[in-house]
Parts: sequence; structure tokens; C-alpha cells
Amino acid sequence: MSETVKKFFYVNRKAPYGTIFAQEALEVVLIGAAFDQDVSLGFLDDGVYQLVKGQDTKDLGVKNFSPTFRALGDYDVTKLFVEKESLDERGLSADDLDEIMYEDEDDDWAEKPSIRIVSRAEMADIMADQDVVLSF
Amino acid sequence: MNYQLDGQEVPADEEGYITNLSDWSKDLAEVIAKEEGIEMDDERWEVVNFLRDYYDEYQIAPAVRVLIKAIKKTMGPEKGNNKYMYELFPYGPAKQACKIAGLPKPTGCV
Repeated sequence: MSETVKKFFYVNRKAPYGTIFAQEALEVVLIGAAFDQDVSLGFLDDGVYQLVKGQDTKDLGVKNFSPTFRALGDYDVTKLFVEKESLDERGLSADDLDEIMYEDEDDDWAEKPSIRIVSRAEMADIMADQDVVLSF
Repeated sequence: MNYQLDGQEVPADEEGYITNLSDWSKDLAEVIAKEEGIEMDDERWEVVNFLRDYYDEYQIAPAVRVLIKAIKKTMGPEKGNNKYMYELFPYGPAKQACKIAGLPKPTGCV
């Protein structure tokens, strides 16, 4: 394992489909996670739509990558910060989001939620605390 | 590098991952395994089937570290470890098993 673990933060600001940003971001997250770094994700602006449950991409003819968010826990990516103001502005609440859980290996595989709703001010603090911030 | 099955050509990329996921069958898996120098047995099928289920559920082929951890969780530590998995698939459990399972190259595999 690498000696220096850096804090990587991936900012997701775009809707899941229509552009390739969201899917590519997730791909980059998974690749980065393989290098044992401290990875967390932020969802703000239209990015919050990425986590809305019940996505159906059949008519778009593209892969529905929503299920892949649920694999993040296996990659030790367990911090998905969602900005409350962005949800509010779009008439969404925590109940509209997919349930994304991770299993805590150190706690007898207990299931814990990965999604944390934070305020805009908290999101700014989280960003300020990172070594690397990548925006998609 | 394409595979031959029952006189049919099955397209694959230069590393041997099949192009169309829907082309996969158990017979094709045997053909790919032979190409990899692997004889399929119950233990290897268990891993290949596990990967296909994982892909069904999450839409990704997991990286090797993730695969081994997931196997450890569902099948226990005697199977979910590097030694066991590399004995079954000497050239990389995720890479080789994914190829045989007809999945894309594992995500996070560089």
C-alpha cells in the first residue's frame, strides 16, 4: 500500500444522462479507489439527480449505471455527500434518493448508509479539507 | 482475437474479452478458458457464476481486490483469499475469470 494516502473528492454537478460526465466520473472514482486512497463524492446542482431512485434508461438506449453506485461500498467508497440546498431547489428530498449502503468490515459487516445530506456550508468545508478535488 | 464455437465466429477484442455480452454461453466459457490454458471445474465455475451475478446486480466487473473481498463475504475466508483465487486463475482472478464469464475488463484494473 502507498505510504501517503490523499483525500480525493469527486464533485458531481450534472444530471446522470444526456452527457457522459456522470458515468465517466463514476468510472474514474472506481479506478481511483483501486489505489487505496481516501475517496469521497459530492453531489450538487443537477448532480443530485444521479442518485434519484427508479432510473429507467431503456428508451435512451444507454446502460443504466445507477446500480453501480451500490458497488461503491465494495470499493471502500462510503462517503457520498449530497447538498441539501440542491435537493430543495429541485423539489427533492432524501426519500427520493436510492438507498446506498455499505457493509462495515470492522463491524461484523453491519449495513450502514453511504449517503449523507449536508448543507451548502458543510459541503464547502468538506471541499476545503481535500487534497484533490475533481469536478465533473 | 475471435473465438470459434460450433462453426460460428464470436467477436472479441485484442485481449480476448468478447465484444457482445449476449454472445456468452457456458460452451463459449469453456472455449475461452481453453484459450487461457484453464480447465473449468466446479470451483472455477463458482467464481465465474459469482462474477456474472455481480455484474447483473451492479453493472460492473469488479477489480481483483473487490472480487476477493466479495467472495470472502459470501463464501468464506478459505475461498476469499489471494492464494486460492490465484491458484484457480493464475494470470489474475479478476481478469481471467471476467474474460471467461464474458464480462468487460474489470473496472479499476489498469
